Amino acid sequence: MSGREAPALLLNDEQQMLSKTAHEFIRDRAPAARIRTFRDSKDETGFSRELWNEMAELGWLGLQIPEEYDGLGLGFFDLCVILEQSGRELMPEPFVSTLLLGTQALLLGGTEAQKKALLPGVASGEMFVTVGYEEAGSGGDAANITTRARKSGGGFVLSGEKVQVLDGHLADRIIVSTMTSDAGCTLFLVDPAQTGVSVTRQFRIDGLNAAIVRLDEVPVGSADVVGALDGGFALLQTVFDRAAVGLSAQMLGASEQAFQDTIEYIKEREQFGVPIGSFQALQHRAVSVYTELALTRSVVLAAARAVDDAPDDVPRLASLAKATASETFMHAAKEAIQMHGGIGVTDEHDIGFYIKRAQATYMTFGKPSQHRQRWAELHGY
Amino acid sequence: MSDLDAYRAEARAWVRSNAPESLRGTSGSGPFEGYWGGSRCEEADPDVLRWRDACIDKGWTAPSWPKEYGGGGLSHDQEEIIHAEMKAIGVPRPVAGQGLAMFGPVLLEYGSDAQRAQHLPGIARGEVRWCQGYSEPNAGSDLANLQLKAERDGDEFVLNGQKVWTSHANLSDWIYCLTRTDPNAPKKQMGISVILADLATSGITVHRIDLISGYSPFCETFFDNVRVPATNLVGTENEGWTIAKAILGHERSSIGRSIARQPGSAQREVLSRARKHLGVDQGAIPDALIRDELASLGMLEEAFHLTLARIQQSAASGTPGPEGSITKIVGTELKQMRFELGMKVAGTQGLGWEGPGFDDEDLQYTRDWLRSRASTIEGGSSEIQRNIVSKRILGLPEGNK
Repeated sequence: MSGREAPALLLNDEQQMLSKTAHEFIRDRAPAARIRTFRDSKDETGFSRELWNEMAELGWLGLQIPEEYDGLGLGFFDLCVILEQSGRELMPEPFVSTLLLGTQALLLGGTEAQKKALLPGVASGEMFVTVGYEEAGSGGDAANITTRARKSGGGFVLSGEKVQVLDGHLADRIIVSTMTSDAGCTLFLVDPAQTGVSVTRQFRIDGLNAAIVRLDEVPVGSADVVGALDGGFALLQTVFDRAAVGLSAQMLGASEQAFQDTIEYIKEREQFGVPIGSFQALQHRAVSVYTELALTRSVVLAAARAVDDAPDDVPRLASLAKATASETFMHAAKEAIQMHGGIGVTDEHDIGFYIKRAQATYMTFGKPSQHRQRWAELHGY
Repeated sequence: MSDLDAYRAEARAWVRSNAPESLRGTSGSGPFEGYWGGSRCEEADPDVLRWRDACIDKGWTAPSWPKEYGGGGLSHDQEEIIHAEMKAIGVPRPVAGQGLAMFGPVLLEYGSDAQRAQHLPGIARGEVRWCQGYSEPNAGSDLANLQLKAERDGDEFVLNGQKVWTSHANLSDWIYCLTRTDPNAPKKQMGISVILADLATSGITVHRIDLISGYSPFCETFFDNVRVPATNLVGTENEGWTIAKAILGHERSSIGRSIARQPGSAQREVLSRARKHLGVDQGAIPDALIRDELASLGMLEEAFHLTLARIQQSAASGTPGPEGSITKIVGTELKQMRFELGMKVAGTQGLGWEGPGFDDEDLQYTRDWLRSRASTIEGGSSEIQRNIVSKRILGLPEGNK
C-alpha cells in the first residue's frame, strides 16, 4: 500500500449477512467429517451434488457471474465471503475447480459464445468446468509442460497428459494448457466425452477430488481456444492470481475453524487437575496463531478487493495473500494437532483433516517461497 | 459523498496548504513523532514551530479534545482523518509525546474539571512536557508490585521511593506516577493511586540510564520526601489501577502506530543496505536467501499496515481495545526483524562502535539495532501482551505465570 490509500477492508451489511448465513448453513449441513464419509464409502462423486444445487439456488455459485449469464453480477470480494465460510468445514464441493479456475478462465479469456454456453450452467449448479495445467514432470511450474497442440486443417489436435485435474473425474469441460509453438502456450476447451480423452480418478490426502486426464490425438476447433492463441501463459497467470486469492480466503476460514476448535478444546481438556489452556506454554503459542490470523484476514480482504477495484495491484497482493495464508494455515493446523494431543493424530478426530488440506493448499497455485520470489521481482530486487 | 468524505477533502486541503515543504516525507506521523515541546525544549527549526502554531490555532494538535482545553472539539473519526492526512504526506505531528497520546486522553476521562483546565491546554500547545512514572526496580512486568509510597499529610501527599525507565524525565516538566497509597490492601492491584508531580518539586532527582546502544531516553527518578498538593490525585484514592490500565491501553496502541512508519519503508531501508553491502546482480540482490528473507519482511510489513488500516476502519470509538496488543506484538517484532536483516546484509561492516573504518550511516544503524532490542520489552513486554490477548480476547483461563 506504499503511497496508496488503504483499501476498504470491512464487509458491508449485505456481505456480513451473507457471511453469517453461509457460516450457519455450512456448519449445519456440511461438517468436515463428511471428508471421512466420502473417503470410506469410495463415493463416486466425492462431494454432495444436492448441496451444490442448494447453494446454486441460494445464488452463491453465480454471485460473481454477470447477470447476462444468469448470475448475480456481484464482485469477486462477495465470492470470497462464501469461499471463506466453505473453507471452515473443508468442503470438497468444486469451488476451486469450477468457481475459481474454470469460471475465472472463462470470464477473463472466454469468447462470448463460450461464456454463453457455460456460465449459466455454472450458476445453476449443473455445469462443472475445470482447468488442467499440471503435468507429472512439471515440478510445480505451470510453464513447464509437454502437452502439445498440433495444427490440423482449421483446428488443432491435442496430445499429452494432465495430472491432479481438480474435479476432472466429472467435469463437463476441461480447459487444458498446451504448447502451440516453442514458447507459446494456448488454452483449449475440451469436452471429456470426446474420443481420445481418457479420465482416471485420483485420490488425495485432502478430500478434494482429482483425475488424470489423458489426451490422445484429440481434435479441437479454433472456436475452442480460450483467450489468445499463444497467449496461454499470461491468461493462466491472471487466472492463478484470482484462484490464489480465492483459495487464500478458503485457507483463512479453515485456519479460523481449526484455531477455534483448538481454543475450545484446551479450555475443556484437563490435565494435572486444571484446563490445559491455563498453561502459558500453550497460551502464548495460541496468541501467535491469533496474530497470524489477524494479519491473514487483512491481506486476504485487501487482495479480494483488488480483484474488483485495483487490477494492477492484484499480482503483488495475490502473492502476499497466498504466501501469508499458506503459512498461517499450516501453522494453525500443526498447532491444532499438537494441542489436541494424542486424539489429534487419530483418524477418528476431524482436526487431522485440517493439516491434510493445509499441505494441499500450501502446494497449490504456488508455494510461499515462489510467491516471495515473485514479490521480490515485483518490488525490483 | 458522506460527511466524513467531505471532511477528508477539507482536511487534506488544509494539511497540504499549511504543512511546511521541508517537513514533508520526513516522518511516519506517529503519535511519538514530532515536536515534543516542554519548557526545556530548544527547537531551532522555524518550520517545526510554524507547523505547530498553525495547528494550535486550528485546535488540530489534539483534534478530538474539547475546545476549552485547547483541542479541536472534533469526533474521533475526524481526528483519524486528520492524522491520516498528515501521514499521507509524511509530516510529523505538530505536537507529539506522552502527554498528548497517553496522559491527556486519560485525564479527560478520569480527571477533575480543575485538573483538565490546569493541564490539558499546556499539553495541547506543547508547552508542558509529561513523562510516565510506572516501572520500579521491583515492578516491571509485575507492575502492580509497585512500592513508591505516597502518604497523606494534611492537604498534601508525601512521596518516597524510586521510578525507573522514566523516558525523557530529564527533558520533562511533569510526571504522572503510580503510587502505593495503601500498603495493607488485600490485593496488590488495590491501594494504588495516580498522583501528578511537578518535576521541579524539591526532593526529585533524575539520572539518565545508558542502554547497550550507548544512549537512551530512559532515566531513573528518585523521590525523597516530595510534597505535592492532595489535589494532584487523579480519580479516587486507592483505585488508580483502572486508570493505570487505561493509560497502558493508549501506550500499546500508540507504540504500535508509532512503529508503523511509512508503508514499505522497512523493505526499502533494508533493500538499500543490501544494495550498498552486497551489490546488484542484474537488478536483483545476488544472495537468493537474503532476497527471500527480505520478501518475508516486506510481506509482513504490508500485512501489518493493512491490519492497522483494518483496525482503524473498524474502531468506531476512540478507546483502544485489546487488539492494540497485537499491533504492539507484531509492530515490535517487525522492527526487530528489519534491524536483524539490515545487520545481516552489512556483515562485518555492521560491527563498528565508533571511529575510523565505518561510515556514519552504518554506525548509527548498529546503534539503532541495539536499541531495537528494547522494543519487545518496553511498554509491556511481548510476553505480557500475549498474556493480555490470551485472557481478554481468547478467554483462556488464568494459570500460574
